[in-house]
Amino acid sequence: MSSTKPTPQSIEDRLFDAIAEIGPDRSEIRREATLEDLDVDSLDLVEIAQLVQETWGVELDPQDFADVKTVGDAVDVIVGRVL
Amino acid sequence: MKRAVVITGVGAVSPLGVGAETLIERWTDGVSGIEDGLGRCSAFAAGERLSRKQVRRSDRFTQLALAAADEAVEQAGWADGLPYPPERIGCIIGTGVGGIETFTIQQTMLDERGAEACSPLGIPMMMSNAAASAVAMHHGMTGPNWCVASACAAGAHAIGTAVRLVQIDEVDAIVTGGSEAAITPMSVAAFWRMQATSRAGVSRPFDARRDGFVMGEGAGILVLEEAEAARARGARVLADVLGYGATADAYHLTAPDPTGAGPVRAMRLALQEAGVTPADVDYVNAHGTATPLNDRMETDAIKQVFGDDATRMPVSSLKSSIGHLLGASGAVEAVATVLALRRRVAPPTLNWGEPEEGLDLDYVPNAAKPLRAEARERRAVGISSSFGFGGHNAVLCIGAA
Repeated sequence: MSSTKPTPQSIEDRLFDAIAEIGPDRSEIRREATLEDLDVDSLDLVEIAQLVQETWGVELDPQDFADVKTVGDAVDVIVGRVL
Repeated sequence: MKRAVVITGVGAVSPLGVGAETLIERWTDGVSGIEDGLGRCSAFAAGERLSRKQVRRSDRFTQLALAAADEAVEQAGWADGLPYPPERIGCIIGTGVGGIETFTIQQTMLDERGAEACSPLGIPMMMSNAAASAVAMHHGMTGPNWCVASACAAGAHAIGTAVRLVQIDEVDAIVTGGSEAAITPMSVAAFWRMQATSRAGVSRPFDARRDGFVMGEGAGILVLEEAEAARARGARVLADVLGYGATADAYHLTAPDPTGAGPVRAMRLALQEAGVTPADVDYVNAHGTATPLNDRMETDAIKQVFGDDATRMPVSSLKSSIGHLLGASGAVEAVATVLALRRRVAPPTLNWGEPEEGLDLDYVPNAAKPLRAEARERRAVGISSSFGFGGHNAVLCIGAA
């Protein structure tokens, strides 16, 4: 669990790092980029959900990502659940 | 009339380095890829050859296969696109155990941190068909695609299975071979406990002091094409797959049948399909594990098949240089056989020094030798044998122009 209190920006930064570890170049990762364009699929989202749980102690359900199209959508879902 | 099958590309990642030419050059020069009693592919760095996503989503055995396949496909001249409709190109890759390192990591995660910590990638990385799937996906080949598992014969069986698919017109081309990355503490311990591996950490096939195999890892991949189609597109043909024989010992879980009946039949079936006699064969690439039982049985089997020709036959084991690559061994050895025949050379059996009663073939000890003179004036013919725990035998007969 992170010791400092998370902010929307700190959550976004951490998620951008996590997406970069999955594969796409850091420069391609922007809020408006679609997960499809970045080749981030359902298996990657499960790993991101694991990271969210480990980092902020929030359990996500696959359904939480059902309407997510872009990186920004994913960040907003996670920010909404964490904060 | 069966359709003829040619080899148009080969690739290998082995303890001798990355690349098929590296493999044959170093083996022919008598270089050993074994360090500290293990044959690791220490020159292979997945991140240099594969995308971040490929690396993250694959066990090492898949990474080795992807790299070897890239080399083979490029040599076949496919780098700019597939030469046949994708649904007419298959991919069959063998392995002994698949992603055992991934399994170990996930089991540790489960034990230490619980189910929540297990990766959703655990199963798709671990499954034995992961390499076959990844290679087909990477190159967009949509024909028949699966994994062959038959322990140390898997690579040879995969190639044989691929040959059959070309022959019966299911595919025009197929990418095939074997891959293994099973050097984990558990598998090292388990092979040690069954007394299969060398206490001395030295691979000495056919030598009186041999005391088991040395574990290795790697991948060998070949591109096979239907002969007429390959010629029509102007492909450079490296060799012909002339024959294949597969049999079972039906004798014991791990020990070979000492009569060699299964391997003898497999060799004879391969020669029969090839339409060659023992007198036509220039080189035998042995299974040659350096276990006491295999090398005695195999020597006897070669004598049964080749008769008077056995004494003049160069017989050598790549495992003396790189160890036993388990499910990849038959494929890496097939790649080496293709290149040795093309060079008209019998690469050496390293670490050979003490003869044993009855083990009296020409094992090409310690230094390569040229194939007999007549092999320079016509097609050179060789066989490559693989025998797996479980009693699985697979033999390929290869001819190089």
